[in-house]
Amino acid sequence: MEQKFRLEKSGYIKRDKKISFKFNKKKYFGYEGDTLASALLANGVHLVGRSFKYHRPRGFIGSGVEETNAHVQLYSGEKTEPNAIATTVELVEGLIAKSQNCWPSVSFDLGAINNFFSKIFPAGFYYKTFMWPKSFWYRVYEPIIRKAAGLGIAPLKPDPDRYEHKFEYCDILVVGSGPSGLASALAAGKNGARVILAEDKPRFGGSLLTDDVTIGNKNGKDWADEIITQLKSMPNVIVKNRSQVFGYYDHNMMVMIERTKDHIQNPNEFTPRQRLWYIRAREVIISTGSIERPLVFGNNDRPGVMLASAAKEYIKVYGVLVGKKPIIFTNNDSGYETALEFKKNGIDPLIVDVRTDSNGSVVQEAKNLGINIKFYHGVVNVKGYLKIKSATIGKLNNNKSGYESLENIDCDCVCVSGNWTPTVHLSSQSGNKLKFDEKINAFIPNTSRQNENTIGSAKGSYTLKKALDEGFNTGFNLSKKITGRNVATTIPSSNEKSYEQQDKFWCMPLPKNKNYKRCVDFQNDVYVSDIELALREGFRSIEHVKRYTTLGMATDQGRTSNLNGLQLVSSIEKKIVPEVGHTTFRPPFTPVTIGAIVGREVGKHYRPTRKSPMHSWHENANAVFVDAGLWLRPRYYKENNETLAQAAKREATNVRNNVGICDVTSLGKIDIKGPDSVEFLNRVYTNAWKKLPVGKSRYGLMLREDGIVLDDGTTTRISVNHFHMTTTTAQAANVLAHLEFYLQVVWPELSVNILSTTEQWAGVALAGPNSRNLLSKIFPETDVSNESIPFMGYKEANLLGVPARIFRISFSGELAYEINIESGYGVFMWEQIIELGKEYLIEPYGTEALSTLRIEMGHVAGSEIDGRVIASDLSLEGMLSKKKDFIGKRSLNREAFLNPNREKIVGVVPLDKKTMIPEGSHLVMDGNASLPNPKLGHISASCWSVEYNNPFSLAILKDGKNKIGDKLFALSPLKNKNIPVEIVSSHYVDPKGERVRS
Amino acid sequence: MLEIKCPYCGKRSQNEFSYGGDASLKRPSLEKEISDKEWNDFIYYRKNPRGKHEEFWHHIAGCRQWFKVLRSTTTHEIFKTAKVNEEL
Repeated sequence: MEQKFRLEKSGYIKRDKKISFKFNKKKYFGYEGDTLASALLANGVHLVGRSFKYHRPRGFIGSGVEETNAHVQLYSGEKTEPNAIATTVELVEGLIAKSQNCWPSVSFDLGAINNFFSKIFPAGFYYKTFMWPKSFWYRVYEPIIRKAAGLGIAPLKPDPDRYEHKFEYCDILVVGSGPSGLASALAAGKNGARVILAEDKPRFGGSLLTDDVTIGNKNGKDWADEIITQLKSMPNVIVKNRSQVFGYYDHNMMVMIERTKDHIQNPNEFTPRQRLWYIRAREVIISTGSIERPLVFGNNDRPGVMLASAAKEYIKVYGVLVGKKPIIFTNNDSGYETALEFKKNGIDPLIVDVRTDSNGSVVQEAKNLGINIKFYHGVVNVKGYLKIKSATIGKLNNNKSGYESLENIDCDCVCVSGNWTPTVHLSSQSGNKLKFDEKINAFIPNTSRQNENTIGSAKGSYTLKKALDEGFNTGFNLSKKITGRNVATTIPSSNEKSYEQQDKFWCMPLPKNKNYKRCVDFQNDVYVSDIELALREGFRSIEHVKRYTTLGMATDQGRTSNLNGLQLVSSIEKKIVPEVGHTTFRPPFTPVTIGAIVGREVGKHYRPTRKSPMHSWHENANAVFVDAGLWLRPRYYKENNETLAQAAKREATNVRNNVGICDVTSLGKIDIKGPDSVEFLNRVYTNAWKKLPVGKSRYGLMLREDGIVLDDGTTTRISVNHFHMTTTTAQAANVLAHLEFYLQVVWPELSVNILSTTEQWAGVALAGPNSRNLLSKIFPETDVSNESIPFMGYKEANLLGVPARIFRISFSGELAYEINIESGYGVFMWEQIIELGKEYLIEPYGTEALSTLRIEMGHVAGSEIDGRVIASDLSLEGMLSKKKDFIGKRSLNREAFLNPNREKIVGVVPLDKKTMIPEGSHLVMDGNASLPNPKLGHISASCWSVEYNNPFSLAILKDGKNKIGDKLFALSPLKNKNIPVEIVSSHYVDPKGERVRS
Repeated sequence: MLEIKCPYCGKRSQNEFSYGGDASLKRPSLEKEISDKEWNDFIYYRKNPRGKHEEFWHHIAGCRQWFKVLRSTTTHEIFKTAKVNEEL
């Protein structure tokens, strides 16, 4: 019979919507509104996984995010998700889940052999054992340990799902929709504040869903429903369920994950799977409630042992009995609520209470109903391997150090209640130094350094009345502070059962001659004996104990284990808990999919792509693109089956022989205006600028304040107080920020404005002996003669009526021009030039040919200006003015910079005139010397010289200026090359620069 | 992610800004002779205070203005922001 643990009535599931799913290859049925956990329990399945280290059988312990055992692997292939918490996975048709960390199956797991050897696998076992030999760690030990211990299996394929990011601002973020959260959201919303209410579960209400209480004249659940309806009708309130606020970051930046797809039956494929919210909240109200603490006894991790509050939730919310012969084991009154729920549904529970009696009204009710209660007793041990079958109950002796008598009682579940631990994770993340509350025996928030307000049971206010009072008052007061309004909400009356003082006794002693394993941290397989061992071995700080035993680590973050671990340490150390302190709670509170954190920034959306206006033309011309920072630039235009090297040679040769056109839009362009512009340039560049006439350009060099070369480029004087600066593609953003810093911070007295115009101008370079003839065709109305536009000259012209700028600048060493036109006319200009250039045999060239041309001319670029060189290293010492100050000048007389044997840029040619020298190769005296072979310099850039038809490289070489003519070796261990080379001048082609001036 | 009040634009998230180093530092005037030590200190030496730190930030994805921030290096609390010509 299916679902034999499902009750006839009760629960908020949709009984008319039956759903099938698979767990460990077996088909089961549940209802819409179930979680994977509640549906499995309805079918009597408790065994869901194996523990991390000893592979002990494990079952459900909780009913929500506190669940620490039931981590399952969902689906398979690219959609697979490891470590899903079964108690939070909503049931959908066709769900497939399986147990983790077990082989061949969860009921017969070979790894469980570890349990029989657990005496030799205690805490710290790995640290102590797998020390020698050292080389064994990577090859032998680690792979075996990783295979045996672990959680789920990560998918190997890219995540096919979509994830979204959303940024939101609000006055008040309320985390958790229990009574205090609802009250505060309502009070703040009514008082005009912009509120976001976030609930992790599918259903709002928190404890109101399961507690037997009334508010006003309604039961708790109905009151919660009504408040939610009210809140949803308010335009200033956003209400979100299935939304876990998992991290509290600086300046009230809260991060929340909203589950938007997985719970939907037959979702639209374009629906994002999850949405990550970044919420900047002025005030945060933390009403995250509390989590029940387990009691510790022999084999308390066996399937069938679970939290009493979870058992109650399965009955009330899902209509599921977790067992039919239950034992309720408690040290406080709240466990009795679970017993009452069993009783209401026709099941007779046995209550085992470590206290002598209690006067709480809930206990009285249990007594009146005739429920069997054993006071001053405890559960000592449970029996049954894959599912518990019976429990050993002991009558405690006088000082609770042992037992007067033991008896065995049949049962199918033990519901434990060891008191409540406030969920302080978010408060702690906010920088709140927690304080210990003796009365409730737990840590509660103190004062935060952020605008954080914890209320309700999250700060230990366990009664409904207090939770409501705090909720309404906090919501009202904070909203009043923000909005200045004064609309108060009346606090409704409430009715709840009274609770008596709890007992702090929580860890059952071992009976004589028994050595049961008593589990403290379920997820990390940490037992009482492990913590005792750590203390015996001298670990004292709780942070050290945590790391040695792994207590409170991993995805669970000690949600159920933390307090028990601390209590154990404090009892052994004879210290009080606050002296032991607590470990740090870290975000995320629950595991978050990496895909959600990444959002849409995957693949080509990983970063923006910048394209020139002529990009589509390049694409049509079969360009192969290369990343240049964010820009995509044509590397070469492929013809037929050309290789990169062949294409670069063809394109560069055509520039040397005819004329080429290259897209240089990506160069940084900065417009500079103002009466002090020339003074400004004089300070930021190393050379002199004051005498630059209008209509001329000048090459300039910029240094950092420490004397290292920052960037180079040309700047043109458009008019007396108007300049056009260019920077390299790579440094454009840095140079702009650098210039802004000096203008705004260091020299605010200079009257200069600067603006990036990189994207406002489309730029092309025309290079080659035919470029002037072509230019005269492009601008027939303009005199482009050598006299009218000399080398470094500038002229404004128009291209069929569109204003354009002509700069006579050469990066290739050939007669060359750069033409700028408004970006929108980029393609128009390019196509005009290509059309008019046909008679001059024009061809486009890409960055590879561009590099070839500049390398063989000895022009420096980013591969030489690498943040390590000074001007003289690049043979640019002539650029350093002696007559004026400039940025970086004072650093140039540092001793190291004045060394006459410093590095210098040189040219390098292989002796065989055939072998390309890999970039990055080291130059050494003797290529066959034994290591370490002293490095004299490195190859910064290599090309195939089209002028000489042999390889040529640039290098930065120590004492390079005295090494011209020397024979050295270029070593590249990466490419396995050892090439005999000769050092030559870096100006390999046209050393006198006659062509550019022709 | 910090929330930084740009003196020109108001409160914005940190991802609009870039950090620009110690704002208590003044570039020595080169009008007069300055010692190697003084220059060396300016270029390379930085205080690493625990607590309040005066620093430059650049509203790089906004108004492009440099400004000053007084921030705690331990808690990230921002006490004050100011234009570069104002006192913090």
